[in-house]
Amino acid sequence: MTSQVSSEAGEALLGEQRSAPAEAHRGTEKEVRRLDRVIIRFAGDSGDGMQLTGDRFTSETASFGNDLSTLPNFPAEIRAPAGTLPGVSSFQLHFADHDILTPGDAPNVLVAMNPAALKANIGDVPRGGEIIVNTDEFAKRAMAKVGYAQSPLEDGSLDGYRVHPVPLTTLTVEALKEFGLSRKEAERSKNMFALGLLSWMYHRPTEGTEAFLRSKFAKKPQIAEANVAAFRAGWNFGETTEDFAVSYEIAPATRAFPTGTYRNISGNLALSYGLVAASKQAALPLYLGSYPITPASDILHELSRHKNFGVRTFQAEDEIAGIGAALGAAFGGSLAVTTTSGPGVALKSETIGLAVSLELPLLIVDIQRGGPSTGLPTKTEQADLLQAMYGRNGEAPVPIVAPKTPADCFDAALEAARIALTYRTPVFLLSDGYLANGSEPWRIPEVADLPDLRTAFATGPNHTQADGTEVFWPYKRDPETLARPWAVPGTPGLEHRIGGIEKQDGTGNISYDPANHELMVRTRQAKVDGIEVPAVEVDDPDGASTLVLGWGSTYGPITAAVRRIRREGGPIAQAHLRHLNPFPKNLGEVLARYEKVVIPEMNLGQLATLVRAKYLVDARSHTQVNGMPFKAEQLAAALKEAIDA
Amino acid sequence: MPEPRTDSLLHLVPRAQAGQSMKDFKSDQEVRWCPGCGDYAVLAAVQGFMPELGLAKENIVFVSGIGCSSRFPYYMNTYGMHSIHGRAPAIATGLATSRRDLSVWVVTGDGDALSIGGNHLIHALRRNVNLKILLFNNRIYGLTKGQYSPTSEVGKITKSTPMGSLDAPFNPVSLALGAEATFVARTVDSDRKHLTEVLRQAADHDGTALVEIYQNCNIFNDGAFEALKDKDRAQEAVIRLEHGQPIRFGTGLDKGVVRDPATGDLEVVTVTPENESRILVHDAHAASPTTAFALSRLADPDTLHRTPIGVLRSVGRPVYDTLMADQLDRAVAQQGEGDLGRLLAGNDTWTVVG
Repeated sequence: MTSQVSSEAGEALLGEQRSAPAEAHRGTEKEVRRLDRVIIRFAGDSGDGMQLTGDRFTSETASFGNDLSTLPNFPAEIRAPAGTLPGVSSFQLHFADHDILTPGDAPNVLVAMNPAALKANIGDVPRGGEIIVNTDEFAKRAMAKVGYAQSPLEDGSLDGYRVHPVPLTTLTVEALKEFGLSRKEAERSKNMFALGLLSWMYHRPTEGTEAFLRSKFAKKPQIAEANVAAFRAGWNFGETTEDFAVSYEIAPATRAFPTGTYRNISGNLALSYGLVAASKQAALPLYLGSYPITPASDILHELSRHKNFGVRTFQAEDEIAGIGAALGAAFGGSLAVTTTSGPGVALKSETIGLAVSLELPLLIVDIQRGGPSTGLPTKTEQADLLQAMYGRNGEAPVPIVAPKTPADCFDAALEAARIALTYRTPVFLLSDGYLANGSEPWRIPEVADLPDLRTAFATGPNHTQADGTEVFWPYKRDPETLARPWAVPGTPGLEHRIGGIEKQDGTGNISYDPANHELMVRTRQAKVDGIEVPAVEVDDPDGASTLVLGWGSTYGPITAAVRRIRREGGPIAQAHLRHLNPFPKNLGEVLARYEKVVIPEMNLGQLATLVRAKYLVDARSHTQVNGMPFKAEQLAAALKEAIDA
Repeated sequence: MPEPRTDSLLHLVPRAQAGQSMKDFKSDQEVRWCPGCGDYAVLAAVQGFMPELGLAKENIVFVSGIGCSSRFPYYMNTYGMHSIHGRAPAIATGLATSRRDLSVWVVTGDGDALSIGGNHLIHALRRNVNLKILLFNNRIYGLTKGQYSPTSEVGKITKSTPMGSLDAPFNPVSLALGAEATFVARTVDSDRKHLTEVLRQAADHDGTALVEIYQNCNIFNDGAFEALKDKDRAQEAVIRLEHGQPIRFGTGLDKGVVRDPATGDLEVVTVTPENESRILVHDAHAASPTTAFALSRLADPDTLHRTPIGVLRSVGRPVYDTLMADQLDRAVAQQGEGDLGRLLAGNDTWTVVG
C-alpha cells in the first residue's frame, strides 16, 4: 500500500460522529499511519452479505467525512452455487482525504471470504497489497471447486502480498457462543466480524453500524445483538492480535468539499429524489408506470415509499403497460415517468413514438446494462445511446440527458423534467448500472435553490377562426419553444382528440395531406433541435491540442485519467456532455478547436458515430464493453497514446 | 339515469351544469367508417346515452387502440386519445388511476383487445380499474382488410387463411370472467334499446366493466351475427339474461336453462310443467363466477346458437383506483405531507463548515 502522507486538514468538520476517531484510539499502542487514500474490496459468496458489508463500511466512511466512490459488483443470480467463481459478489470502495472520481482501479486491500473470492479477485490486487482471507473456508473441497490443487495460502503463490490469514468463521462462532445460536446462524455474522476488523484498521466510526444492526433486526433482538457482538469482536481482534500491527488514518476530505451538509447517495436513490423534487417543483403529481428490471427496480422501490408526496407508483403487467400508464397519466396532467433498462426500452419503443406524436411530457429513465438481449443484467454499459436516439419507427426525435456521477442523477432528473415540461416531449434519462449502484458524497441542496419547473395548462381557446369564433387548437404551438398547449381533461371547452395518426398542423385533426406531414415531421424535429441546453464547458488549462469528450458515467474515470496525464505534464482538454440530443450549440465550435478528439465510451463508439456524422470531425473512439467502468490508469494510457499518435 | 347511487364512484366526476343532448357529444369530425358498418349504430347509441349520464363532458375521456372501432374517440366531443394497437387499457389505467374525477371509457375491438392487447385487457380486469371497456367484436380484422381474428370461428377462410383458420376462438365473455372481471355483459349493435340498457348498467358499475358488443362488419364479415338478428331465428338463438328472471328463450319461451344435477353443468331443456321449477333464475350478482361462466359456454362458437346476451356478471369488489388513492391518504395520515427538505437530507449527514 502506498503511504502518502496527506497535508493537514485546514477546515473543521462538524457532525455527530466526529468523536468516533478519537474513540478509535482508545487503548491503541500500535502504530498508526496516515494515508491519503485507500481502495478496499470485500469479496465473498453472493450469500455472504458482501454488499451489506460494503454499504456499511461506506456509510461509516461517509459519516467520517472522506470523499468516496463505490463499485458494487454482483452476479445476476440471486444465489449462485455456493463457493463457485460465478457466485462471487464483491464491493469495492475508494476513500480519500481529497476529492476522488472513481472507485479505484486496483484494491490495496482485498477481503476474501472464501477460495472463490480470492481466485476471482487476486488478479486485480497489485503485489504488495494486503489480503485478509477467511482461512476457515480454505478446505480441500472448497479449494478444488475453484481449481486450487494446493492451498494458495501455503504454496507461495501469494508471496509478495501481505496476507493476513484469519479464521473468520471460527472466531465469529466463538464470539457468539453465549447467544445460543446454531452454528449456521452464528456463521452468518462473519461478515460483521470482517467489517469490525476493517473498521478498526481504518479508524471508522462504529455507532452508525451498531444502530443500523439494531434497527435492521429490530424484530429479532437476539440476532441484532449477535451481529453487534460479531462486529465488536472483529474490532477487538484487530486491536489485540499481533498480526495486525498497523492501523491507518485517512483524514476527512475537508478541502475537497464546499461548505454544506452532506450525505452519501447512490445513483438510483439520487435519481428517485430528483423525480420527487421535480414533481414538487413542477407542482404536478408524480406518476411512475414501471415493470421490474435490473438495474432500474430500485427506483420503483424507492418511489413506492413516498406516497405521502402524492407519488403514485403502478407496477404494470409488462414494460409496455408501464409506459402506457405513464403516458395516460401525462395526458391527465401528471409528471409521468417510466423506469427501465435496455430490453424494456425496446418494448416501449412504439409508445415512445406515440408520446412523440402526442407531444406530451414523459420521462423515460433507462438504467443501461450490458446488452444485447438479456446481456449482463448486473453489469454496466452505455450501449443504449443509439437506441434512445433512433430506436423508433419514423422520424421520432427524443431529447436525451445523461447524468455523470451517482449524485448528479438528482440534477439530471430535474433537467430532464424541465425539458419534458417546457417542450411537451418525451425525454430520455440515460443512467447506467455503474451510476445506479455506485455511491458518493452528495451536498444536499437547499429546496429553495431548486429550479422552478412550474408549467401552465391551457385554460381557454387559443385560436380565432375566420368567422370570429374562438376555438381551441391542440397543436397550435408556442412560437418560441414550438411546444403545443397541454390541455388536461376536466378543462371545459377544450375537449379535443389526439392520437398517433398524423395530425393537421394547428387543429390536430387527422390529416393525410403530404405537405402537412412534411411540415409536421420537420416541426417536431425543429422543436427538439431548438431545445435550450447549456453550452458544453471545456477544461483546458494548458492549451492542449487533444480533447477528450465523454458522456454519462465515464466522467469519473475520464477526469481521473486527465488528472494523471496533467500530473505528468501532458496537456489535454476535457469536455463532458450532459445533453446528447440536442447537442449543446457550441459543441461544433469546441470540436473544431482541437487537432484530435478522443471519445471513450462503454460501447463500440456510439457517441463517436453521432459526433462524426454531425460535425464531420475525425473523432477517435476508445471503447470498452466488459461490463465494468474504465480504469483510470488504462484510460490515461490510451489517451496518452492518442495524444502522441 | 337518475342521480348516481350515493356510494357510486360517479360521484367523484363533476355533473353537467346544464342539460345535454345527443348533439353535444357529436364532434365536428366527419365519421369515416364504411357505409353500413355496425359502428355507426354503437356510436349513435353511446352519443344518445351520454346525456342521460349527466356528467360534465370535459370530464369524460374515450381512449382507444388501433382498428376500425378505435376511431371512435374522434367522433365524441369529449376528451379522447386514439393510441396504439392493444394498449388502450394500459393508457386508460394511468389516466383513471391518476384522475378519479374522470369517467374513462375504452373502445377496442376483437383484434385490439384480444390479440395484441390481450395482456393489458386481462390485467385491467383483474385489477378492477374504474374503466368502461366497449369491445366491438366483429370476428374479423377490418382495418387490415379481412384477416381472421381471435374470435373468428375455426376454419374461417380469409386472405391470410385460404385453407381455413386453424386456431380455436376466444369467447370474450368467458375470458373476462376467467380474468376476475367484476362486470361482464354482451350486447348487439343493432339492438339500440338493449345496448343502451347495458351501457347504463356498465356506467353505474364501480370498477372495470367489460361490454362485448357484437358488431357487424358488412365488408369483410357481413352477417356474422345474423343468427342473432334475424327475427325468425333470433328467438331460438338468443338467450336474454335479466337479473332475477328465469333464463328462458325460444318461441313462446319454450326453452329454459337448467343445471344438470349430475355434472353441475348447464343445459337447455324444453320447458315442461315438471321441470319449470328447475329453470335457473339469473343472478348477475352471484359471488361465484361459475354459473356466469357456464352460461357463457352455452353458445355454439360456430353458429352462435344459444348466445346469452345481457349482463352476465355484476359484482362489487374494491376498485384499484380507490385503493391506490387510499394508500396515498394513509401515507399522509401516517407520515404527514411529504417534506422535500427532510427527504433529501435523510438521517445520516455530516456538515462541512468553511
